[in-house]
Amino acid sequence: MSSPPGRRARLSSPGTGRSSSEAREELRRRLLGLIESNRVMIFSKSYCPHSARVKELFSSLGVECNILELDRVDDGANVQEVLSEITNQKTVPNIFVNKVHMGGCDQTFQAHQSGLLQKLLQEDAAYDYDLIVIGGGSGGLACAQEAAILGKKVMVLDFVVPSPQGMSWGLGGTCVNVGCVPKKLMHQAALLGQALSDARKFGWEYSQQVRHNWETMTEAIQNYIGSLNWGCRLSLREKAVAYVNSYGEFVEHHKIKATNRKGQETYYTAAKFVLATGERPRYLGIQGDKEYCITSDDLFSLPYCPGKTLVVGASYVGLECAGFLAGIGLDVTVMVRSVLLRGFDQEMAEKVGSYMEQHGVKFLRKFVPVMVQQLEKGSPGKLKVVAKSTEGPEAIEEVYNTVLLAIGRDSCTRKIGLEKIGVKINEKSGKIPVNDVEQTNVPYVYAVGDILEGKLELTPVAIQAGKLLARRLFAGHLEKCDYVNVPTTVFAPLEYGCCGLSEEKAIEVYKKENLETFFASGMHIAAKMCPFFYKQVYSIVLVLGGLTVSQSQF
Amino acid sequence: MHQAALLGGMIRDATHYGWAIQPVLHDWGTMAEAVQNHVKSLNWGHRVQLQDRKVKYFNVKASFVNEHTVCSVAKDGKETLLSAEHIVIATGGRPRYPTHIEGALEYGITSDDIFWLKESPGKTLVVGASYVALECAGFLTGLGLDTTVMIRSIPLRGFDQQMSSLVTEYMASQGTQFLRGCTPSRVRRLPDGQLQVTWEDLTSGKEDVGTFNTVLWATGRIPETRSLNLEKAGVKINPNSQKILVDAQETTSVPHIYAIGDVAEGRPELTPTAVMAGKLLARRLCGQSSDVMDYDNVPTTVFTPLEYGCVGLSEEEAVARHGEEHVEVYHAYYKPLEFTVAQRDASQCYIKMVCLRKPPQLVLGLHFLGPNAGEVTQGFALGIKCGASYVQLMQTVGIHPTCAEEVAKLRISKRSGLDPTVTGC
Repeated sequence: MSSPPGRRARLSSPGTGRSSSEAREELRRRLLGLIESNRVMIFSKSYCPHSARVKELFSSLGVECNILELDRVDDGANVQEVLSEITNQKTVPNIFVNKVHMGGCDQTFQAHQSGLLQKLLQEDAAYDYDLIVIGGGSGGLACAQEAAILGKKVMVLDFVVPSPQGMSWGLGGTCVNVGCVPKKLMHQAALLGQALSDARKFGWEYSQQVRHNWETMTEAIQNYIGSLNWGCRLSLREKAVAYVNSYGEFVEHHKIKATNRKGQETYYTAAKFVLATGERPRYLGIQGDKEYCITSDDLFSLPYCPGKTLVVGASYVGLECAGFLAGIGLDVTVMVRSVLLRGFDQEMAEKVGSYMEQHGVKFLRKFVPVMVQQLEKGSPGKLKVVAKSTEGPEAIEEVYNTVLLAIGRDSCTRKIGLEKIGVKINEKSGKIPVNDVEQTNVPYVYAVGDILEGKLELTPVAIQAGKLLARRLFAGHLEKCDYVNVPTTVFAPLEYGCCGLSEEKAIEVYKKENLETFFASGMHIAAKMCPFFYKQVYSIVLVLGGLTVSQSQF
Repeated sequence: MHQAALLGGMIRDATHYGWAIQPVLHDWGTMAEAVQNHVKSLNWGHRVQLQDRKVKYFNVKASFVNEHTVCSVAKDGKETLLSAEHIVIATGGRPRYPTHIEGALEYGITSDDIFWLKESPGKTLVVGASYVALECAGFLTGLGLDTTVMIRSIPLRGFDQQMSSLVTEYMASQGTQFLRGCTPSRVRRLPDGQLQVTWEDLTSGKEDVGTFNTVLWATGRIPETRSLNLEKAGVKINPNSQKILVDAQETTSVPHIYAIGDVAEGRPELTPTAVMAGKLLARRLCGQSSDVMDYDNVPTTVFTPLEYGCVGLSEEEAVARHGEEHVEVYHAYYKPLEFTVAQRDASQCYIKMVCLRKPPQLVLGLHFLGPNAGEVTQGFALGIKCGASYVQLMQTVGIHPTCAEEVAKLRISKRSGLDPTVTGC
C-alpha cells in the first residue's frame, strides 16, 4: 500500500516561560489555522488503522491532504485535547474537509457513500460561495437569483452609502428606491393633475382650485417602495441567496471584506464575482453644492415640499423631475449647459423641451451655476444661485427653495478594491470595460448594469445581462446579451419613446442619401376636447431603403 | 365618453397621489356638448378635405338604376342621375332594432342616439353583449349612472372567451350589473315617463320586470344594403348577413363595382381596415399598384373600463386550427405600477400570448387586458405582422416601468400549471 500523498506537519513546541492558558490559546489558534488553510486536514496517528483507511480513501480520490500525526509531535496529547474542545470528538482520525468537520473514519466513509464528500471536495468548494454579487440592484439581484435557481451557493452584498444630505434606502438598488419606480409614480401624480383639469371639460364638476400635498404623495410612494424592499428580501430568502447589508470591497484575489453599518468586518471568498455596484449622482464641484443642493437620491423621500426649484441639468433625470415638479404646481426652472437629452434624437429632444416650456417650465439655456449660497435655513430654505453664461461674461442670480442637481452619474467602482486584484477600469469615467460575455480583464470577475463601459444604463438591460450571465456561467448556456435596438422612454410631461437610431446617428452610419424620414404631427383625439390642452403627436420613422431602422413616437 | 369615464377614475386616484379634491359629480350636458362639437368639427374637417382634393360631395341618398348608373335623391326630393366607370359601395351599417320586441322601436335608443343625447340617459338598461354594449355600459357606469347589461348568452362573441370574462368581471367589480342568460320580451312606458322592461330568464323560464330611464339596444348592426337596389346592378349579397359578397380585390359580382368596410362580407368591422382597403383599392384602380389588402393579424381594442387589446388568434381559434398539443400559451397576471399608490384592484390585469409549440414558437395571438391596451397592442402588432416568434420576444428588452414590458417578460405557460402572477424583483 503506497503511502497517501500529503505533507506531514509538525507543530513547534511551545517555548518555555509561557503560562499554560496562553500556550493553550496559541495551540488552539494554530489548529484552527491548519483547519482553515487546508482543503483536507486529517489529525491522525501513524499506527491507527482507521486513520490509514481514511488516508487511503483520499488517496484513491486523488485528493491532497495535510496530515498531522499526533504520535509524532511532542504535544500530541494537548492537540488531541484541544481538538476535543473544538469538535467534541476525542478520537482520531479527526477529519476536516474544506473547514467542515467530518468526524471520524465511519462518518467520512458515510459521507463518501452519500455523495456529500464529493460535494465538499468540489473545485469551487475551496471558496465560501460559488458566486458573490456586489450590489443588490436590478442587475445584481437578477444575476444572483438566477444563479441560485441553478443550484449555486450565492451571496449578495448591498450597501447604500448615505447621500451628502443623509438619505439612504433599502434593498433593490437605484431603480426601486431612487429611480424608475418613484419617478414614474411622481410622473403619474403630475399626469393626474392634468387629468383633473381635463376632467372639467369632460363634464366633471368642481369649482375649487385643487392643491397638491407633497407629504401625502411621498408617504404613499415610500410605503410602496418599502413593500418592494421587503419583496426583494423575501425573494432572496426563498431562493436561499445569502444577503448581507454590508459594503463589499476586494482585499485579495477571490476574497472580499464586508463592512456593516457598525463597522464590523467579515471576510468572504467566492469562485466568481459579479460587480453590480451601479452609480450615484454627480455633484458640480462648486461652492455650496454638497451642503445645500439635493439630487435624485434625496428628492423622492424629501420630507418637505421642495417649493421653487432649480433643476441643473437636462438629462432625462433632469427633465423628468422638472416635469413632474411643475405638474404638481411648483415653480420650476431648468438650467441647461448645452443640449437637452444628450445622446437622444435632438429634434425629438427639442419637442420634449418646448412642450415643457408651453406648460410653464422655465429654461435657462447655456448657463452653468458657479455658486450656491444659503440665505435662509428651513424645510425648504432659501438658496441663492449664481450662474454664468457659457457664451460670454453674462452672470445671473436667482433665489430658489431647492436646487436639484441632475448633471450625470458616477460609477461606484473606485473604492471597492479593484486595484488590489487588478481589475481595469476606465480611469476617466470610472466605468468597467468588459467583453461580450460581461467579463472584466480578471477572468473570474464579471460586471453588469450601469457600471459597464459603452452599454445602456437601463434596468431591463441590467436584468437581462445578469440573467444570461448566470446561465452562461452555471448552466452551460451560450446566449449573450444583445444590447441592440433596446427601446426606452423618457417620462417627461409629454412622453418620448424611442427604439433604434436617432436621425443623427442614422445619418452618421448610413449617409443621408440612403435615408428617408417620415413624420407626422397631429392632435390626440382626447386633446381636441380641451382647446387649452394641446398635445402634439409627432412621429418620425427612419427608413433605410425599405428596411426600417428606427421609430420614434410621441 | 370612455375618456370622460376614465377621468372620473383618475379623479379618485388623484387623492391618493396627494391631490386634495372632494368626490365630484358628472354633468352629462357639459360632456355631450363638448363631444358633439368635436364631432361636428370632424364633419367640417372632412368636407374641407374633400374640397381640397377636388372630390365632388353630394349629400344625397343613392341607389342603383343599372350597373353604371346611380339615382340620387336630395333632402328636398330632387332626383339626379349619376354615372361612373367605377363604383365603390361603402355604406356601412346601422344598429339593429329588435323589432320583434314590443315597444323596442318606440321606446329604445341605440348607439346612433346615445352620443347625441342632450340630457343624461339616467338609469340605463343596455341589451346586448357586443363590444358596443360593453363599451357603452362601461362608460355609463364610470360617469356614475346606474347601469345594467342584459346578455342572452356569451359576452364578446368571436373574441377570446377567457379574456371576455375578465372584461365583464372587471366591469362587475366597478358597479355594472349583469343579467346573464336573459332576453327582453317587451318595453312599456309608465305614467311617470320611466320605461318598464319585461324579460325572460332563459334558464329558469321565469319572467321578471325592471324600471329604467333608458333602454339601449346593442344587439348587432345590419348592413345598409336594402335600399341600394343592388339587384338592378346585379350585385350579389349574402342572404343571411345581407352583406355584399367580395373577392380579395374588394370586387363584387360585377367587375367594376366594389365594396369596402362594414358592408362587405367577411371583413373585420373596423375603421383602419376600411381606410387601408379603400386607399389600396384607389391605388389599384388608378394603376398605381397591385397591392391587395391583408386582413390577417389586424389588431383591435375594446375600450371597456379595463381595456382589452388583441391581435391574431384567440386561444380557442388557435387550438381549433392547430390542436392543443401544438399550441403553447404563456400568461401573466400583473399589477400596473400606477394602481399601487391608487389602491386599485388589478385582479383582471392579464396578458396571454398564444404560440405554436414547435421552435421557434411563432406567435399566433396576443391578448392584453389593462390600461392603454390600444397603445400597447399597436406596438406588438408590428412584430406579429413580421412573423415574430416567442424566442424573439424573449430577446426583446422591456421598457421599465410600463405595463407593456410584461408582454416581453411572459415566461409561465398554462401547461406548466405554475402561478402566473408577476412579483416584483
